[in-house]
Amino acid sequence: MDSLASFFNYIIDNWLLLLTLTWEHIAMVILGLSLALLIGIPLGVLSAKNEKLAPVILATVNIIQVFPSIALLGILMIFFGLGFKTVVVGLFLYSLLPIVRNTYVGLREVNGNINQAGTGLGMNAFQLLFKVQLPLSAPFLLAGVRVAAVIAVAVATLAPFIGGEGLGRSILDGINSRQPVKIYSGAVISALLAIIADLTLGRAQKKITIK
Amino acid sequence: MIKLEGINKTFDDGYEALKDINLHCNSGEITVLIGPSGCGKTTTMKLINRLINQSEGKIYFDGEDISDINPVELRRSVGYVIQHVGLFPHMTIEKNIGVVPKLLKWEDDRIKTRVNELLNMVGLDPETYRQRYPSELSGGQQQRIGVIRALAAEPPIILMDEPFSALDPISREQLQDELVRLQKNIQKTIVFVTHDMDEALKIADQIVLMKDGVIVQQGTPEEILRYPANDFVEDFIGQKRLKQVQDIPTVGEVMNEKPVTISPTRGLAEAMKVMENKRVDTLIVVDNDNQLTGYITVYDVTQAFDNVDQHVKDIMHTFQHTINADMLLSNAIRMMNNLQTPYLPVVKDDGSLVGVLTRGSIVGYIGTAYPSVKEAVVN
Repeated sequence: MDSLASFFNYIIDNWLLLLTLTWEHIAMVILGLSLALLIGIPLGVLSAKNEKLAPVILATVNIIQVFPSIALLGILMIFFGLGFKTVVVGLFLYSLLPIVRNTYVGLREVNGNINQAGTGLGMNAFQLLFKVQLPLSAPFLLAGVRVAAVIAVAVATLAPFIGGEGLGRSILDGINSRQPVKIYSGAVISALLAIIADLTLGRAQKKITIK
Repeated sequence: MIKLEGINKTFDDGYEALKDINLHCNSGEITVLIGPSGCGKTTTMKLINRLINQSEGKIYFDGEDISDINPVELRRSVGYVIQHVGLFPHMTIEKNIGVVPKLLKWEDDRIKTRVNELLNMVGLDPETYRQRYPSELSGGQQQRIGVIRALAAEPPIILMDEPFSALDPISREQLQDELVRLQKNIQKTIVFVTHDMDEALKIADQIVLMKDGVIVQQGTPEEILRYPANDFVEDFIGQKRLKQVQDIPTVGEVMNEKPVTISPTRGLAEAMKVMENKRVDTLIVVDNDNQLTGYITVYDVTQAFDNVDQHVKDIMHTFQHTINADMLLSNAIRMMNNLQTPYLPVVKDDGSLVGVLTRGSIVGYIGTAYPSVKEAVVN
């Protein structure tokens, strides 16, 4: 009971610091995800349209994913130096696989008849992609974003190891100074962030899925 | 008119899908391509909107070689109805119907007016259905939308790839009837692919029977039924249907070949006299070249009788419907029944009168065709 009380006391006393860390955490995740969407969707489209490129692209993003996160961040540090930027690049790379793969699968799942109807009615490849195929694969893409977001929230806690901030700072400080309340508060808030991201995106996904 | 000339199609794997196809599809007619699966009917149709390109040969629309037209532009001017409906599930009915007009950059108001007009045309209330999604409609309603989507931008040519094959039998018949009814007004050049002979016989102006990538026989439903080219065609039509045709007489065999006629310039007293003599209440009016011009009834004559200046042509009605002598009697009877008319004039293609089909002549024919029935009843 004692530790629970001290946990809440810590949060009340340090809410401004925790809020700042949470905000930094969210900023890193959103930037990383946005980059992944920006690069990942075109890569997914390319894989779906080009059968020869598909295995190359999918294998590459797969390999990135199997790298242990701490090792990947370490390697990135060598190229990008310490700090926020490196963390965002790391999160971007980690989010790529779910987004590329789900875009690819989503586009592949679009019914052949629908594609034929679009082409037959006089859509060019570009119009078919933007008016029909991408809207229809949106639920798949959103499922990918959901997975990516949860992973990114977790990986972002490693940011302090390479000079970033975020909730990982609270955890790392707690380990170094042997203050469990710091570890708990960082961990609980980042867990909450992951849950919120999952629920929100899950709801959005349900909303755009066509009955 | 669509013309296919010397078409060969060999697929990349060496499979010869079409061999020397020559085909005319007349403007304003429904041409039905029919045959067993793998006969090349769908391939032939897809050549017309260049979803597939032929290996050899030329295709012309009204004399214009379609290989000179950009395929995307071409497809926007050719309506297309596909087998599994192919409505876009993420678009409302309104958006679905308006796809091609939108691609052609019509203004929103014009698209909206057109969508309402088309929905009314197939008996779906625009207020109710415009904002719905395809999944909220029944299969029959969905394919109605598929058909009017193809009509939306007023293309002169429409391709239909087994459009009704996935529907239940009742919806299928309804849609076939609707198509025939629509076609009377819209007069499009329609190429229709099916494997269902009943469907082909019902809707076709021309039937093209295909097998193994060649055209086996081409002709009107009547010609195909009466003169099947070979055993394959007979098999495909089925003995049941062939027998029906052989048993059913044509209008020409049944009609009264000497109907009571009168010239339009005759007076009314004269008309009354003819009716009295021949014991009829209606006279068919033909001019000196035996061209059918109309009819008068005894009722019309008595109404106008006091007016000495009136002639037959002044009180005459024109016929809304005429038939040909080679029409099947069964069809003619159905037509008389639908129109609730006791008789139909029979004319040649040039409009000259050859006879009249009356209820009396039909009963007379049945009397001679089934003499044994009477005996059986007596016994």
